[in-house]
Amino acid sequence: MSLIEVKGLKKSYGDVHAVRGVDLEIAQGEIFSLLGPNGAGKTTTVEILEGFRTRDSGTVSVLGFDPQTRGHESREWRNRIGIVLQSSADAGDLTVIETIDHFSGYYSNPRNVDEVIHSVGLVEKENALIRNLSGGQRRRLDVALGIIGNPELLFLDEPTTGFDPEARRSFWALIQSLRSSGTTILLTTHYLDEAEALADRVAVINNGVIIEVSTPTELGGRSTSQATVSWRDGQISKSEKSDNPTELVATLSSHFGGEVPELVVSRPSLEDIYLEMIGGTHESDS
Amino acid sequence: MNQIPSALSLGIRRGGLEIRQFARQRESVVFTLLFPVILLAIFGSVFKDTIAPGVTFSQYFLAGMIASGLVNTGFQALAITIPLERDFGALKRLRGTPMPASSYFIGKSILIFVSMVIQILLLLGFGILFFGVSLPTDISKWITFTWLVLLGSACSTALGIAFSIVPKSGRGASAVVSPIVIILQFFSGVFFVFTQLPSWMQQVAAIFPLKWLTQGMRSVFLPDSFASQEVTKGWETGKTVVILVVWLVIGIFFSVRKFKWDRD
Repeated sequence: MSLIEVKGLKKSYGDVHAVRGVDLEIAQGEIFSLLGPNGAGKTTTVEILEGFRTRDSGTVSVLGFDPQTRGHESREWRNRIGIVLQSSADAGDLTVIETIDHFSGYYSNPRNVDEVIHSVGLVEKENALIRNLSGGQRRRLDVALGIIGNPELLFLDEPTTGFDPEARRSFWALIQSLRSSGTTILLTTHYLDEAEALADRVAVINNGVIIEVSTPTELGGRSTSQATVSWRDGQISKSEKSDNPTELVATLSSHFGGEVPELVVSRPSLEDIYLEMIGGTHESDS
Repeated sequence: MNQIPSALSLGIRRGGLEIRQFARQRESVVFTLLFPVILLAIFGSVFKDTIAPGVTFSQYFLAGMIASGLVNTGFQALAITIPLERDFGALKRLRGTPMPASSYFIGKSILIFVSMVIQILLLLGFGILFFGVSLPTDISKWITFTWLVLLGSACSTALGIAFSIVPKSGRGASAVVSPIVIILQFFSGVFFVFTQLPSWMQQVAAIFPLKWLTQGMRSVFLPDSFASQEVTKGWETGKTVVILVVWLVIGIFFSVRKFKWDRD
């Protein structure tokens, strides 16, 4: 069953056609990542799904509800979703626990406040004023506020910007644990390794249209593209592209009589594929 | 499945949170609550004249300061802090939760009302202790005082929320809002005796609520004999109610229809 269904979505700002016919289907329980350069229509698309913006045309259904509907139904709908926005710096004069506890009061079936604080790793900071948190800790608070309502669907916008590598890893573990508890997640990110680590499927958007939807390993024909085999022969580093890397490695192995010195077999990274996909068609201002 | 909390109960929760946040911003607490008291101290010490039999300038000024307190703690504070909250992304985040807009407005109203009451008590206490201001003994004057404070603070809160859509950024908000309030104070007979102002100034002031609030507060804190010193030789209580209600309706209309949760 699709949790999000988008057909023919269009949105313009004056002469600028930000979104020019987007179709998307996101299934229950998956982590779906939307990738695209700045100005590709990513933020506009997500904000329409979040109910922050209205569309010009097309149909949108999020949890069976049209996000641009207002009124009490919209409250019922917001009760079922969580949104982690790109940046926020508010309420610096409240403590972590006060803020999370307050937000929990907005929802009909909130998660347990202590549990949420524990799951985002802020137990030691729960009585700290928000203004005294580090950037990464603040981001964890943002996530805590996004999940406190026990959402069926979570929007995550650039969640790990400004994280150190260790904090990113533990953040990823948190997101994966949310997925295993059944939460559907729509992730937008600039970090391709993040999309690769977390997403079940990725969509690449550019110039207001979706170029491709696929799994991270298959995107852009990545899994079937030529592999690069590199090794060292005496003092010289060698590398060769091949459709049959296993065969090449076997040949090399018999040539060297066992171990191939400094052997690496690689396929293009998600980032390589992504840059190739958006390259050339990228307009900085659309 | 439990019900979503009602807009009113969330509004009361927000009111508590707003007060807690406000109380922790010490500079802002001191500035907002004590500034009018400091002004009263300065003006009360400089101008010691009697402006009519049994009426000192301090008394006249106290009435004006209580009225402008309604404007400062409501209109001015909200029209400056809401754009800041918008810049910080706090409003957008709230918009993404099931909390309705009305709860946010109720929370602000509670904060404004509480800080207004504190400010009025400070001003009255200070006026009584140092400037020989006496409190009215007539119950009808206290009734007038009560509805003036309620209507005035409602009006000031609604207009502050409505005006928060005007400043383009949080940082610029103070520069847009403060001059308006200060000019209104000069025009509305807070710093000067209203009838001594040029008539064009009086006419401009009569469009806005502050002039009517100051006049209303004078009807509470000055003897009834002073009514003859007003522009129309009376307190014009009925007209005051009408004008405040009209501005309240305008404020609510724009707050509900035009409130901006996001920067762009």
